[in-house]
Amino acid sequence: MPELVVQLTRAGFLLLLWLFVLTALRVVRSDLYAASGLRVNVPSFRRGKERKKPRGSKTPRQLVVTHGALAGTRIALDGRPILIGRADDSTLVLDDDYASTRHARLSLRGDEWYVEDLGSTNGTYLDRAKVTAPLRVPLGVPIRIGKTVIELRP
Amino acid sequence: MSQPGAGSRAAQYATNPPREMPKRSGTELALLAFAAFIVTSAFVLVQANQEQELSWDVVWYGLAYLAIFAVAHLAVRRWAPYADPLILPCVALLNGIGLVMIYRIDMAQAERAISLSQEVTENAPRQVLFTVLALALFLAVLIVVPDHRTLTRYAYTFGLVGIVALALPALLPSSLSEVNGAKVWLKLPGFSIQPGEFAKILLMIFFASFLVAKRDLFMAAGKRVLGVELPRARDLGPILIAAVACLGILVFEKDLGTALLFFGIVLVMLYVATERIIWVVVGLGLFLGGALIAYQLFTHVQQRVANWIDPLATYDDPGGGYQIAQGLFGLGTGGVFGTGLGAGRPETVPEANTDFITAALGEELGFVGLAALLMIYLLLAMRGMRGALAVRDTFGKLLGGGLSFTIIMQVFVIVGGVTKLIPMTGITTPFLSYGGSSLLANYILVALLLRISDAARRPQPAAKPRPQAQAPLAEAHTVMVQRPQPAEGGRTE
Repeated sequence: MPELVVQLTRAGFLLLLWLFVLTALRVVRSDLYAASGLRVNVPSFRRGKERKKPRGSKTPRQLVVTHGALAGTRIALDGRPILIGRADDSTLVLDDDYASTRHARLSLRGDEWYVEDLGSTNGTYLDRAKVTAPLRVPLGVPIRIGKTVIELRP
Repeated sequence: MSQPGAGSRAAQYATNPPREMPKRSGTELALLAFAAFIVTSAFVLVQANQEQELSWDVVWYGLAYLAIFAVAHLAVRRWAPYADPLILPCVALLNGIGLVMIYRIDMAQAERAISLSQEVTENAPRQVLFTVLALALFLAVLIVVPDHRTLTRYAYTFGLVGIVALALPALLPSSLSEVNGAKVWLKLPGFSIQPGEFAKILLMIFFASFLVAKRDLFMAAGKRVLGVELPRARDLGPILIAAVACLGILVFEKDLGTALLFFGIVLVMLYVATERIIWVVVGLGLFLGGALIAYQLFTHVQQRVANWIDPLATYDDPGGGYQIAQGLFGLGTGGVFGTGLGAGRPETVPEANTDFITAALGEELGFVGLAALLMIYLLLAMRGMRGALAVRDTFGKLLGGGLSFTIIMQVFVIVGGVTKLIPMTGITTPFLSYGGSSLLANYILVALLLRISDAARRPQPAAKPRPQAQAPLAEAHTVMVQRPQPAEGGRTE
């Protein structure tokens, strides 16, 4: 083989090897995002498929208080986390002896809302399950905090 | 809140941790195809650089490789759908590069043998056969072990079989078990195996299960000396037994590498199980003591150390530094970018296709290529560890951690030996080097890793008994004992 071709293939093969390593690392990276709840950034060969899924119709747009002293209150969801509790700086201020000062938080991860309990005394319930770690909140499922019940609506 | 159907709906969102890992078998397939492409181009390069016309060998090896791993991929899809998508492609690439290198060294040795009019032994077709066998075993493990936790039931059996397999070569007469001074073989008519390679995995399963059952024993605090909690003397039993067993391997089987590997595995699993650094300190102390004793007593250990300190000084002695020196010359010839596949002379190193395959690869791919291969090993072990971290049962965590560590430990011991970082100990480079037992055992190891990562990433079964059990409590509304002052009316902001 001509010397030039030898040199080129030599470098090309090393490049291929490292390309494999980098592709593998990309997969590792996208997995890290998947684990942290952010939008999955799948390597390029699948991205086309991901994009096509229509997402708009099912995302929650507002939070509605259905029971309790604040029944009927609506809060528009703009992506910022929602603090719920008796503290004055909460997004939803509860005047309820059964709620703690900082009771619960709703936050957006990827395009799902999660509820987490901030160490409240009486607990937060998602439907019938006690919230001990962040739980995904589907549309229309009641979250109970003391005497107040809230849910997400489109 | 108490409407019917809430129970079935509860399963929907009761996923905690809220991770829905994508299956990613498409990623695995794409990476496998990439690996196949790299291996085929490596093969073509070797042939071209050896000034051969492209023979039909390329097609035969390339197709065999593709078919083998396509089957493996389909099996993983079928029996471990959530398994990690990186493990199999990494293994496939390492194995393929190893095959190419073995084939390349075959060619060089054939040339030399023809010029000396000797018999030619072809290793590459045998290695392909071993790969097929190993993949069959891999599939068998995936199918037979649908859940890694079932392994704990046979832990003591595995432990016993492992000990017997480990001790067998030492007990048999040398004619049945000795090759090149290491008594680790089991020579059967037609072929020979290294039972130690399999014993490694069996003993790891036993040890993981043993540690899960007896973990408290190792956690029990002993006396505090100088602010360090020493373990109680009677709890030192298992680690002492391990040390003695490793010394036994050293004495009776003259196999430094296996002894080192076993001790390392025991130490790491103990540390992973207890999170107490004192065990590592105790283990390293025992290791240093054992190493000193071995150095005093055994001439072959002294020789290895002498070869390590200055391979050129013992260059001409029988069993001297010739091999290491040649390996270093090879690495030096390769330099940063290597001579190019098929353009070097890796056959000048003795045992170039087994122990010294990293020297051969370092010569032809250079530092850059060898570093890429080491990165792939790192990725492999990292993904294994990740599976171990994420899996929900302690046994899986310990076994996964141990298995992943084994890969890295083997690579460290052999690459460290070849590059003269530590004394050279004969041990196989996982997946790369020629050798049936090692390949078979390492494929079993990978099957177990895939099984564990599958369990780790699989979403938890929908039917969780917990919500049902808690239902009465959760259903109960908060009951007011005393009426508080009338609410002032809440605010929203």
